[in-house]
Amino acid sequence: MTWLGSPKFPDAARAALADTQLRRNLRNATTTIRGRRAEAVDELPDWEELRRAGEAIKEQVLHHLDTYLEQLEAAVTRRGGTVHWARDAAEANAVVRDLVGDAEEVVKVKSMTTAEIGLNEALAAAGVHAVETDLAELIVQLGDDRPSHILVPAIHRNRAEIREIFRAAGLEAESDDPRVLAEAARAHLRRKFLSCDVAISGANFAVADTGSVVVLESEGNGRMCLTLPRRLITVMGIEKVVPTWQDLEVFLQLLPRSSTAERMNPYTSVWTGVTPGDGPQEFHLVLLDNGRTATLADPEGRQALRCIRCSACLNVCPVYERTGGRSYGSVYPGPIGAIITPQLVDDPRDEQAASLPFASSLCGACFEVCPVRIDIPEVLTHLRAEVVRARGRDAESVAMAAAAWVFASPRRYAAAQKLGSLARFLARDGRLSRLPGPGAAWTSSRDAPVPAREPFREWWRKNRG
Amino acid sequence: MEKVALFATCLTDTLYPDTARAAVRLLERLGCSVDFPLGQTCCGQMHFNTGYRRHAVDLAGRFQQVFAGYDAVVAPSGSCAAMVRDVHPRLGAGTPRTFELSEFLVDVLGVTEVGAYFPHRVTYHPTCHSLRMLGVGEKPLALLRAVRGLDLVELPAATECCGFGGTFAIKNADTSTAMLADKMRHVLDTGAEVLTAGDNSCLMHIGGGLSRLRAGVRPVHLAEILASTEEEPWTPASR
Repeated sequence: MTWLGSPKFPDAARAALADTQLRRNLRNATTTIRGRRAEAVDELPDWEELRRAGEAIKEQVLHHLDTYLEQLEAAVTRRGGTVHWARDAAEANAVVRDLVGDAEEVVKVKSMTTAEIGLNEALAAAGVHAVETDLAELIVQLGDDRPSHILVPAIHRNRAEIREIFRAAGLEAESDDPRVLAEAARAHLRRKFLSCDVAISGANFAVADTGSVVVLESEGNGRMCLTLPRRLITVMGIEKVVPTWQDLEVFLQLLPRSSTAERMNPYTSVWTGVTPGDGPQEFHLVLLDNGRTATLADPEGRQALRCIRCSACLNVCPVYERTGGRSYGSVYPGPIGAIITPQLVDDPRDEQAASLPFASSLCGACFEVCPVRIDIPEVLTHLRAEVVRARGRDAESVAMAAAAWVFASPRRYAAAQKLGSLARFLARDGRLSRLPGPGAAWTSSRDAPVPAREPFREWWRKNRG
Repeated sequence: MEKVALFATCLTDTLYPDTARAAVRLLERLGCSVDFPLGQTCCGQMHFNTGYRRHAVDLAGRFQQVFAGYDAVVAPSGSCAAMVRDVHPRLGAGTPRTFELSEFLVDVLGVTEVGAYFPHRVTYHPTCHSLRMLGVGEKPLALLRAVRGLDLVELPAATECCGFGGTFAIKNADTSTAMLADKMRHVLDTGAEVLTAGDNSCLMHIGGGLSRLRAGVRPVHLAEILASTEEEPWTPASR
């Protein structure tokens, strides 16, 4: 879930902020996609209704998750597939490892869920090499790197860096022209598609009443994965189920415009069980919990499970834009990661996960773009309260209690204003450039306001009261 | 005549009394009868946003008591108005009719021309909570456009957060500073003499950065611009 040994967000962010190349790559990429998304969304006069429909369908699913999952299982089984249930990462990895059998190499279509459970690492430990076939995911894998974006895992890399990564991995590219780079990857991947017998995928959606599983991608490599190998193993978070094809239609509109700013997704692959003589002859669906039912039990936090992994919130987030995805120390970066990761980790004493709900200025841009209307700022403040509760008494909680005590009485408040105005004597040239204590973090980059000689209430009492 | 209670907000009351005085002058000029209930303190936003819900609940309850008897509450702050209107009900506190200043002027009083005179080049930063939680939209801009003598210049990437975010500026000081740097660059690119907004918290943050740079751009709250007239022009004071 979180990458072992990742520093807390503020520390990871400090390192990322110092990387000017990273910041430039990110700013260029997010600014472009942000503008394109806004245009694609503006084309639809009923976008707000679509968002509300997406929200309503997902809420319906979350309230009756058990029913829909059982429907899904029955439908998949009826069509010749096999369903496996996994409580956590270890169980899911064990199931997949068994299903892979004696294959030494498997192809994968990019999947957040398998990254969440660390499947590639688990397979490697069993002597199985998992080949990522999504171009960006391949770049990350070949560079022995970590993904930094939900949709564009290699968003932090520019094409010169990519050419270097390819060269080091033995993929020849004559220049850093994107076309040349893509061709080098294609040649590499074709060999893998034709030689691998087993494929592993994630799923964007699964339709309960027909047992159909859906993957959306842009390159067609995913479709090769889903159709060429003999055995297909799909690992899916239990919240990805939707009731019917009619519901699916809403998300097929919401997802592409939100994520890639496209009117329609280039490759939408849907498969239902197995079809003799065509496509995979064996299909396994692994349904993963891994903290999801615990999240479901939290009435304020569970809306995070509506997420369809479009990454629109990352692309508009001013914090993400500057710190990059890896600062979040988790496969789920950005605003959505800041609310999903701590809930799936479900341990408020895990310091790294506990730092994530604070990695936001609560500007609300994420909520504004979310296609399923997840009120991310609301969940952030909810999770902050959980962190504070778990932390117990410390310097901050004492200061906050003292402030609340002062604010509880206008008399104490007026007295505190008087005391505060003593800070006037620290000012030089009408500026306060160095504050003691926690104020020092403020004056590291900003002058502090010099308190007024006379607070407003004092003036009101004298002149108008 | 509208009977309104001014909720000054703790930040403005303590650090920027000029803004509150300007709000009173402006509202009275427009025919309102203004009261400042002395029992008011803070809306609890800092506690709520930092994770101290119990304290926030107490402060929301206290706010409710203090302002219960008024027709309307006006605050010179989008974020505090949003806290009262959007969050207090979630904390179990009912909410008196609460408005951010520009909303009150345009929606309740129905004016955009408030008789102001402010002969300076001004750029406007739409603060996040005004923009997204309250949805004040074009109202502040409409008010500014009607100010005589005022040269309004557009702020690039205006809707992007300045990086303040309350305790975010302390807890994630480096990220906050990086966001501030970009915001300051955009402000300086406009060539404006004055940066205005509907929130003193954001102005404190951006203004604190500009002051450190000795940039010479002055942060002035929207209320102070709208209160300024030829007879009683705005003068730089406490900032």
